[in-house]
Amino acid sequence: MAGAAPYSDERAREIIADHMGLEGPALPILHALQAEFGHVPEAAVKEMAEALNVSRAEMHGVVTFYHDFHREPHGRHTLKICRAESCQSMGAEKLANDFLNKLKLEWGQTTPDGKLTVEAVYCLGLCAHSPSALIDGEPVGCIDMQKLDELAAEARS
Amino acid sequence: MTKVYVPLDMAAVAMGADRLATAIVKEAAARGESVQIIRNGSRGMLWLEPLVEVETSTGRIGYGPVSVKDVGALFDASFLKGGAHPLSIGKVDDHSWMKRQNRITFARCGIIDPLSISEYEAHGGGAGLARALQIGPAATIEEVTKSGLRGRGGAGFPTGIKWKTVADAPADRRYVVVNADEGDSGTFADRMIMEGDPLSLIEGMIICGYAINGSKGYVYLRSEYPQAAKVYQAAIDVAREAGWLGDNVRGSGFKFDIELRIGAGAYVCGEETSLLDSLEGKRGIVRAKPPLPAHEGLFGKPTVVNNVLSMATIPMIMEKGAQHYADLGVGRSRGTMPIQIAGNVKYGGLFETDFGIPLGEIINDIAGGTRSGRPVRAVQCGGPLGAYVPVSLFDLPFDYEAFAAKDSLIGHGGLVVFDDTIDMSWMARFGMEFCAIESCGKCTPCRLGSIRGIETIDKIRAGQDVENNIDLLKDLCHTMKFGSLCALGGFAPYPVESALRHFPEDFHKPALEAAAE
Repeated sequence: MAGAAPYSDERAREIIADHMGLEGPALPILHALQAEFGHVPEAAVKEMAEALNVSRAEMHGVVTFYHDFHREPHGRHTLKICRAESCQSMGAEKLANDFLNKLKLEWGQTTPDGKLTVEAVYCLGLCAHSPSALIDGEPVGCIDMQKLDELAAEARS
Repeated sequence: MTKVYVPLDMAAVAMGADRLATAIVKEAAARGESVQIIRNGSRGMLWLEPLVEVETSTGRIGYGPVSVKDVGALFDASFLKGGAHPLSIGKVDDHSWMKRQNRITFARCGIIDPLSISEYEAHGGGAGLARALQIGPAATIEEVTKSGLRGRGGAGFPTGIKWKTVADAPADRRYVVVNADEGDSGTFADRMIMEGDPLSLIEGMIICGYAINGSKGYVYLRSEYPQAAKVYQAAIDVAREAGWLGDNVRGSGFKFDIELRIGAGAYVCGEETSLLDSLEGKRGIVRAKPPLPAHEGLFGKPTVVNNVLSMATIPMIMEKGAQHYADLGVGRSRGTMPIQIAGNVKYGGLFETDFGIPLGEIINDIAGGTRSGRPVRAVQCGGPLGAYVPVSLFDLPFDYEAFAAKDSLIGHGGLVVFDDTIDMSWMARFGMEFCAIESCGKCTPCRLGSIRGIETIDKIRAGQDVENNIDLLKDLCHTMKFGSLCALGGFAPYPVESALRHFPEDFHKPALEAAAE
């Protein structure tokens, strides 16, 4: 993620404290931690477990259950390519495989320069413009190899 | 000052609407024209996005799909006065796609500025809530029951009965939860309403809270919808500012507030009990029922869990009366369904119509067949857990019961069209793979059965002991259907079985061809 801050226990505790007034605050906290640090470090999980009064194992279970939260830093940019049925009906599977092969990546991996992580996503709700993708949260419809190449080049420039 | 509408809908943005809006402003300034850009929702004619509309004395004239490079030519053609241009579709309301619909849930979507309370009210918004406050909670529930509205998330449970169960459950707190975890491929109606007419969802939730005597509502929205999150949060702020939310809803003394929560990429959280666990901050693991969420839901309190579309339809039902809604549709499927047409289609988008329209009419006539121009081979109805329907069943009417009788489901109303290049054994394998990725892990038939399903289909695709492996696969499907708590494991077999039943030739490839793959 672009502009992720380095991890500090103190900042993590602040973020957690900001959300303690919510009912069931775990997911909002995790989203906020990831937005701040670019990922959810193990140390933050420990802080959360303490603040929420649950075991570390339980907290670990929550973090790892959800596809969105990652334990290691991602690339500077994240490209999510949809591989759900609608996009497959427009050839997304082959397109994505060819693109990954070209970058010598597998789903979820990051380019060696640390600039681009490519993830699979299962439906972006852009199904009348299949195949579709999301680059750093911005939607792109009717992607083809040319568009993917452009996105990758821009991300890695 | 000419009003120019450029949708903020995520599909329009994905096709360049943001850049387009900027370009129009810039070009207008350069030419000394005065324009007011309004970012509306989408009309649902998604193949025309970005669809730019211009307000003229004769109505709103549409142009689409417009790209940034067309802007100069549009100004040259005086599009601000509705001038002729190859991209013009004429008056948007007169377009056949619009005229053939019966828009109830989506009546305002694409027409109004989604964040303007005054425009919302000018188009009937608020009347439903006013009537609910006037007739009282019990009569409101009665009205919803009489309308025949059934849960639009997929299960089709009568909404009024659910509300009554919650209202009758003794408790010190009750919750309203909206399921906006619209994970099914081929569906986008929840997203469109949250971006195009978010106040209707807010009003529906207030009415529900009032009817069941609850003061807190949650919307659980999937993280894959960043635009819906932005627009809906802004709408909550607007509604709070205007006194629709807070300690004294519209001066009635009723207290209600809404909080938007964002999911984290788990498809299974669209299942209501796992959604509740996720809201509580736990792993999104499915709960065994009973207890029903209506008795013990969020934090153990009686909870209404409704889909976005059900909830957003409530204000219209309250405004126009139960009978108006109940008069539409067929059999036990009353009212209208926003059908989402997607995948390999010429005209993809959202088409709201009374229940009962034949599937073939939707695909061939309304959607214009495939985008690739090749023959249609299969339509997956109701998302990744829905059956693949062959062309031979195209006379099937769009109705919960008629679909169920053919081992299919309407689900959330999504239709994904495939042309004749599709390999159905691959899609069956993908169905199992998706189930394996998204299983919450509670039930063994879902967690492990899906993995065994992938392996078995791989063997079939490789031509190994095909007949025995197909029998094994059918047996596995049966176990998953009857041995899983929720619809993920319980319905994942439907696409697989339908592929086997309707497209057996894709599972019996000649050995040579299979070996070559």
